[in-house]
Amino acid sequence: MQAIVAVNISKHFGETQALKDISFEVNSNELFGFIGPDGAGKTTLFRIIASLLLSESGSVSVMGLNPASEYKVLRTKLGYMPGRFSLYPDLTVEENLKFYATIFGTTISENYELIKDIYSHIEPFKKRPAGKLSGGMKQKLALSCALIHKPELLILDEPTTGVDAVSRKEFWQMLKRLQGQGITVLVSTPYMDEAALCDRVALIQKGSILSIDTPQNIIDAYGKPLFGLRAGNMYNLLLKLKEYENCSSAHLFGQYIHSSFKGKFSREELFSYLNSNRINDAEIIEVTPGIEDCFMQLMEHNEPVSI
Amino acid sequence: MNKFWGFVIKEFYHIFRDKRTMLVLFGMPVVMMLLFGFVVTNEIKDARIAILDMSNDNTTREITNKILSSGYFQLQERLSSDKEIDGVFKKGNVKEVIVFDRNFEKDLYRKGISNVQLITDASDANQAKMIAEYTSGIIRNYGLTLNQEQNLPFKINTEYKMFYNPELKGVYMFVPGIMAMILMLVSALMTSISIVREKEMGTMEVLLVSPLRPIQIVLGKVMPYVFLSFINAVVIILVSLYVFKLPIQGSIVLLLAECFLFIVLALSIGILISTVTANQQVAMLFSMVALMLPTMLLSGFIYPVENMPLILQGLCQLMPPKWFIEIVKGIMLKGGGLEKVWDETLVLLGMTILLLTLSASKFKKRLE
Repeated sequence: MQAIVAVNISKHFGETQALKDISFEVNSNELFGFIGPDGAGKTTLFRIIASLLLSESGSVSVMGLNPASEYKVLRTKLGYMPGRFSLYPDLTVEENLKFYATIFGTTISENYELIKDIYSHIEPFKKRPAGKLSGGMKQKLALSCALIHKPELLILDEPTTGVDAVSRKEFWQMLKRLQGQGITVLVSTPYMDEAALCDRVALIQKGSILSIDTPQNIIDAYGKPLFGLRAGNMYNLLLKLKEYENCSSAHLFGQYIHSSFKGKFSREELFSYLNSNRINDAEIIEVTPGIEDCFMQLMEHNEPVSI
Repeated sequence: MNKFWGFVIKEFYHIFRDKRTMLVLFGMPVVMMLLFGFVVTNEIKDARIAILDMSNDNTTREITNKILSSGYFQLQERLSSDKEIDGVFKKGNVKEVIVFDRNFEKDLYRKGISNVQLITDASDANQAKMIAEYTSGIIRNYGLTLNQEQNLPFKINTEYKMFYNPELKGVYMFVPGIMAMILMLVSALMTSISIVREKEMGTMEVLLVSPLRPIQIVLGKVMPYVFLSFINAVVIILVSLYVFKLPIQGSIVLLLAECFLFIVLALSIGILISTVTANQQVAMLFSMVALMLPTMLLSGFIYPVENMPLILQGLCQLMPPKWFIEIVKGIMLKGGGLEKVWDETLVLLGMTILLLTLSASKFKKRLE
């Protein structure tokens, strides 16, 4: 059974088209990720699914319910964690959790099992006002609050934005565990490296979905050898690569410039080109493409980007 | 615990933990009452005067004594020549100069007429008028006592009687107005801000997605303020009873019931404001401009409605505080029962129902 079925949904705010004809399906008990940069339309999409906004066209079905007309039933079944910190900073950790438990008609002790793993991290600070927690702890508390009524579908809008690397890793482990308990998890993130942790991901950019598949399939679809290059003057190397006629893409990734080339790649040709441009210290290695490389490739396929 | 009560309790946490909210809620009413009661007063008390007595006989001395012992005036200076009059006014520490004519007593008994001149500093027009009236009143009274001794054949006696406020105390005027203003401010301003705050912080998003119905969210936000505003109303009544010694002629239960009605009305205005504003500053500004000014100016609190141009008079009829002030005056000062304030109560009731329906229909169950 499908947890979410969306067909051709569009939405715009004033002049801005936030979503253009988006269609996708999320299976029951899937960990589904929306990956895309800021302003891609992730939040708008999630709000439509959570019945907070109405789509202008197309149809959405969430757990068999229509968010436009059956929002009352739907709202009891889903857990929603907005992108912004949305707890009461003047209430303590415990009071926040208790409040959300109460308005969803349950108690902390009733569903303590579900949130135990997450809540145990912040329980020592339960008397502290939520506004005084660190970023990671705030997100854990928000997740606990979104989970306290045992939702069937959990919608998390950029839960790891602004959270340190260790807490991010923990957070994803928690999501995996929640999935193990039968909850469908819909999550969005601007961090490409988190995509690999989802069952399936949708790459979204400027209101359109570029691709939906498992992370492995998306990487496999890259279909070209990818190289990493570096030199003493990285910026100059990047400029010269972009000017190279056989180069089809060049992006800076950490220590290396990830680059792919047209036709049959010849290392000698590249180096002689670089030498003629007075870059003599270039190194090259072959790299496996990541989601981000795929995203860049799909983005450039979708529209000719001039850099 | 019930969903709704859980929400109300959360709201109380917000209120009790925010010092500024507490200050506005409980500090402001008392401060305002005391300010209006002791500082902003238009009664004459110890007004400084100077006297130029060119006759200096028994009669002028007697009149001077009467004026100075009235409690309204205080003698600042005795002048010896009319050339000094301009000077004392320019120094600015005298509000009135009383000038007795030469041969005051002689003229009075020989010719039957004698002149006294009252010169006032009318840079404050209202005050000057009142000072002059008070003084001439005292002098007129003295004249009457003289006449009583000699039986004149014809005489018209004017007798004053100030109903409902025999001592013409300002407190009688401002307590109903202050009550309307504070209840309006606390109820409408505080609720609109507290609802808009949830929108601003993003918590409204989560509340909307919860099984709480929109009406429960609104009532939950409003409930604590109904309670607190009611306490405020009681505080104001107690202050006016014990600090300003303002008696309540009518039924106190009826008065409190009317306060309750007005609070609900003010709260529905607050909800309405919160549905059309997106952040706290706008909500605050809106409440101040849209509520405070009309409450002060168009309700008969400061300026009598009857003296306004027709258009403004019509506008006044639309102001809830105007009706509330009439009700409060009716009950507190005139001792009227429900039958006396029935019409005004109906108007308030109608406005409340209208505003409640309007704000309930405007409250969004989604984000846009």
